Amino acid sequence: MKFFRFDRLAWIFMRVSGFLLIGLIFTHLIVNLMQDGGVKAIDFAFVAGKLANPFWQWFDVTLLWLALIHGSNGMRVVIDDYVYRTGVKRFLLVSLVISTTTLIVLGTLVIFTLDPCPVGSPADLLPSFCPAG
Amino acid sequence: MSIKTPSKPKTVFRGTLYRGHEGMWSWVLHRITGIAIYFFLLVHVLDTATVRLDPELYNAVMASYKTPIMGLGEAALVAAIVFHAFNGLRIILVDMTAWASRHHRTLFYGVLVLWAVVMIAFLPRHLMHVFGG
Ligand code: HEM
Repeated sequence: MKFFRFDRLAWIFMRVSGFLLIGLIFTHLIVNLMQDGGVKAIDFAFVAGKLANPFWQWFDVTLLWLALIHGSNGMRVVIDDYVYRTGVKRFLLVSLVISTTTLIVLGTLVIFTLDPCPVGSPADLLPSFCPAG
Repeated sequence: MSIKTPSKPKTVFRGTLYRGHEGMWSWVLHRITGIAIYFFLLVHVLDTATVRLDPELYNAVMASYKTPIMGLGEAALVAAIVFHAFNGLRIILVDMTAWASRHHRTLFYGVLVLWAVVMIAFLPRHLMHVFGG
């Protein structure tokens, strides 16, 4: 048995990332769904305020990458189990790789390029630390 | 990610340990909750990405998450996540230790109890956020 076979690495990754994701997602849900007004408190000011803090930036990219890779590797196994036709399987696996890569790039850009105080936006929609006017 | 034709299912029912018993139900539930959470995540990264475009657009998108029907959907999502998380821990333990694989059935009931405890703690607060004033 080769030590670095893809399936073996994937198996280890699912266990390590799954363990980490429990802490990341439970924290994510407590902060976004339980604290203060729960879902009702989520708006631009809330998210811009969070993402102005490097802690939440790195927290969110870690969550983004781990959740998407863990999830898409899970979907790869599901596709492997149920789809026998080579053409269909190839199509689904290629779609999976493309959509996962796109979302990882998109999400990472959102986290690191968000401007918390965009000019021209009504001040009451922005975080309180934005300069007035 | 090799593509073989036509491959046999990776997940094999192993006699008494699986079919029709706790082992099978935990496997079915793990797979269904995993797939559901994955599709939520695809949509979720896209809805979060609107925060980068325009504050008013993001607030409008988030408003659709604050309706009673979506509130129930969020409750179902959290139920799926909490089950997937605890059952995933059980899988890791059963793979790693002989003790856990001998007691996998007891551990599965442990997962259900922990799941119920977390949901009882979560639901009243979430439902108050969604339906309360
Ligand atoms: C109903 C439950 C959920 C709510 C209300 C919620 C809310 C939010 C909010 C407000 C953000 C913006 C950034 C931040 O606050 O950190 C966000 C981002 C994010 N959430 Fe959630 N979330 C939920 C469930 C989940 C779950 C279950 C996952 C993982 C499977 C997840 C993964 C992420 C990721 C990866 C980001 C960053 C997206 C990006 O990079 O653009 N969320 N979420």
